[in-house]
Amino acid sequence: MKLELHRVKIHKLAWGKETSARDGLLTVNKEELLTMLRKDERLAKVDLDFASPGESVRILPVKDVVEPRYKMEGPGGVFPGMVSDVETVGEGKTLVLSGAAVVTTGKIVRFQEGIIDMKGPGAEYTPFSRTCNIVVILENTEDLDKHDYETACRMAGLKTAAYLARKCLGAAVDSVETYETPNLKDAMAAHEGLPKVAYLYMLQSQGLLHDTYLYGVDVKKILPTLLNPTEVMDGAIVSGNCVSACDKNNTYSHQNNPIIHQMFKRHGKDFNFLGCIVTNENVTLADKKRCSSYSINLAKTLGVDGLLISEEGFGNPDADLIMNCWKAERAGIKTTLLTDEYAGQDGASQSLADSTPEGDACVTAGNANEVVVLPPMDKVIGVPEEANVIAGGWQGSLAEDGTITVELQAILGATSELGFTKLGCYTI
Amino acid sequence: MVKEIERAGLPVVHVCTIVPISLTVGANRIVPAVAIPYPLGDPNRTPEEEKEIRRNLVEKALKALQTEVTEQTVFTD
Amino acid sequence: MTYRIIHYINQFYAGIGGEEKADITPEIREGVVGPGMALQAALRDEAEIVATVICGDSYFASNLEKASEEIIEMMKKYSPDAVVAGPAFNAGRYGTASGGICEAVSKQLGIPVVSAMYPENPGVDLYKRSCYIVETTDSAAGMRKAIPAMAALVLKLLKGEPVGSPSEEGYIERGIRKNKFYEKLAAERAVDMFTAKLHGRPFVTEYPMPVFDRVEPNPPVTDMKNAVIGLVTSGGICPGGNPDHIEASSASKFGEYDITGIKDLVCTEYCTAHGGYDATYADQDPDRVLPVDVLRDMEKEGVFKKLHNKFYSTVGNGTSVASSKRFGAEIARRMISDGVTAVILTST
Repeated sequence: MKLELHRVKIHKLAWGKETSARDGLLTVNKEELLTMLRKDERLAKVDLDFASPGESVRILPVKDVVEPRYKMEGPGGVFPGMVSDVETVGEGKTLVLSGAAVVTTGKIVRFQEGIIDMKGPGAEYTPFSRTCNIVVILENTEDLDKHDYETACRMAGLKTAAYLARKCLGAAVDSVETYETPNLKDAMAAHEGLPKVAYLYMLQSQGLLHDTYLYGVDVKKILPTLLNPTEVMDGAIVSGNCVSACDKNNTYSHQNNPIIHQMFKRHGKDFNFLGCIVTNENVTLADKKRCSSYSINLAKTLGVDGLLISEEGFGNPDADLIMNCWKAERAGIKTTLLTDEYAGQDGASQSLADSTPEGDACVTAGNANEVVVLPPMDKVIGVPEEANVIAGGWQGSLAEDGTITVELQAILGATSELGFTKLGCYTI
Repeated sequence: MVKEIERAGLPVVHVCTIVPISLTVGANRIVPAVAIPYPLGDPNRTPEEEKEIRRNLVEKALKALQTEVTEQTVFTD
Repeated sequence: MTYRIIHYINQFYAGIGGEEKADITPEIREGVVGPGMALQAALRDEAEIVATVICGDSYFASNLEKASEEIIEMMKKYSPDAVVAGPAFNAGRYGTASGGICEAVSKQLGIPVVSAMYPENPGVDLYKRSCYIVETTDSAAGMRKAIPAMAALVLKLLKGEPVGSPSEEGYIERGIRKNKFYEKLAAERAVDMFTAKLHGRPFVTEYPMPVFDRVEPNPPVTDMKNAVIGLVTSGGICPGGNPDHIEASSASKFGEYDITGIKDLVCTEYCTAHGGYDATYADQDPDRVLPVDVLRDMEKEGVFKKLHNKFYSTVGNGTSVASSKRFGAEIARRMISDGVTAVILTST
């Protein structure tokens, strides 16, 4: 499977008559986009706004972030099973509006949305203070079921991302990157002498509002399976998550999964990267046992020497992470874990809910309980009062002057377990 | 919380879904529950059946409380 | 500017006397006393030891609160910017007093504190979470090495400079996790570590797996018919509207709710405050998390004597072990005083 990412760099946004990209400027036809989004009867109100790096703007509560991509060539379309048919993706050419991001906001579920600050201390923690954001502001119709509303919001983000990139087809491309994974027969024969490795990609699947989709399938219903890394780049994995903002893997992070990019960098030099095994984090013990055993059996069947494992979320998924770890290690497969920590506001508590001596190689993306103070911004897109109820906030998080005091938990992507930030932890 | 209640001298049973976490953290009497969003129920069943499931789990919990244990014990039947 | 430091030492290092003088009450003297001279030299002109507190080890140990209070009052008059205590080496009571005063100063005055001890000094385990304790040898022979490390650390804290790892700075690991920005993305660090492990090269884990302590199981309930059952949950069940504002994640409190006369938790009266799982099912029927309905049935049938008329609830989601411990201990205390004899704790 060979995929070319054609990147059109975006560093500025403007409204205009025609949606297009030119010389780093993404022009958006507001009316056209709104007309498309307003077709969804589940949404009572849709609006659009911009938020660019360095502006004194806060967005909250943020549900998801999506990178605008569209297929230029090759089978299938972006976000298969969501906005495109379920045809296999990951081959051909894909246009990427690099530096732009679609951010969905609105009062969605009770607790689990995040904050993006485009400036100030909060901006340092979220990767999305560095993207030019097209913010989609959503409001549901009365009495709409929460799960339907989540679907409507998720679809609005994906449709916007696909729309923007589609309209920019033909724009001058700044760079082209090529990613290729051969079939297993060739992959196994290649790079003799190098250890074979795979990436165990854990996806949150805790319930209707804490879910992730693979080709449109709710991953709590899957058995672990193999996936080509390039399929992920075309949006085969989509977030439908409403969990703590810091470590839910938003769709943008999936599309740009930095673990996959780092694995490709070392491929053929330090190891032979065969691909991804995707698995879930379900709510029953039987599922956790079944899927961890199944994943590790897939790894054994592939004959890999090592598995890099990334978690999504925290708490009970720690049990999935730990089971994946010791089952692999006891099968002779070396593991490294990527997680984050909940060590308390004072950092003095155990960081994970579960533990195993086999987990001797562990990278963490930081303590999500650490408290940060976010000074007021000139402009707030969304509903600032949500700061008092989102995960990581508390009654009184929002001060009268607009200052927000919250745990890092509340900042979108702050402790990304796909390793999207430079944050980490150490023991003093 | 379980351990502190135990430490204070009260016999305590932990009814929970993710038994491995309970074992790692250190509960002594553990009764496995149904699922995280509904440990003592099952929305896929009729209300009567659900209550029956709940009753069985609570009975199991009471039985665990009446059982002498010397180490961490999971009450599966 | 020159920072103002107060130094705390015991009767022995003040030259007053040994064990026979260990019960002297605290006093404060202007300027340096005993090891303070070396400390002042190490601080150079960046900070000045404005006063020295001297207290008998036994006096402090047997009057912990009173002694701390007296000493803090004395210190306030000198408006210190930081307090340095010791080094106490392997002297147990001196270590405990040094740690104790550091903790009290840090809590009440909110200024930097530094002590120094031998790792096996009992003061280390008691106070390493509250303050930086520089590692020393077990006797005063290590004074020459301890003093510069203490001075360097306190100056760093005073200037608000980032404090490095225990091995870099020479203090005893406090067991506290602190965030920092690394040079590389977490993903790149993970792939680096993965590569090292695959090829058998050395690597340092960023998080050593936690070890949880154990508690001996209590004897079973022998007389269920006379038992009073207490209900506790980490599933966040609470009266509608969450009157105590229990946080959806990282809870700072638990709730105590009266269920006298309540036979069934109905969705119009109760809900969950939990933010870590799909709350739909718990909100539809809170008994799915907290089985009040069947326990009431069983109470009526005489299976046990009584369901305790209060239940306790918090949110387990992202809540630290230390908070859970605090909640557990307090809930247990209240239940015992109310006559509860056995507990069912449900988790989601």
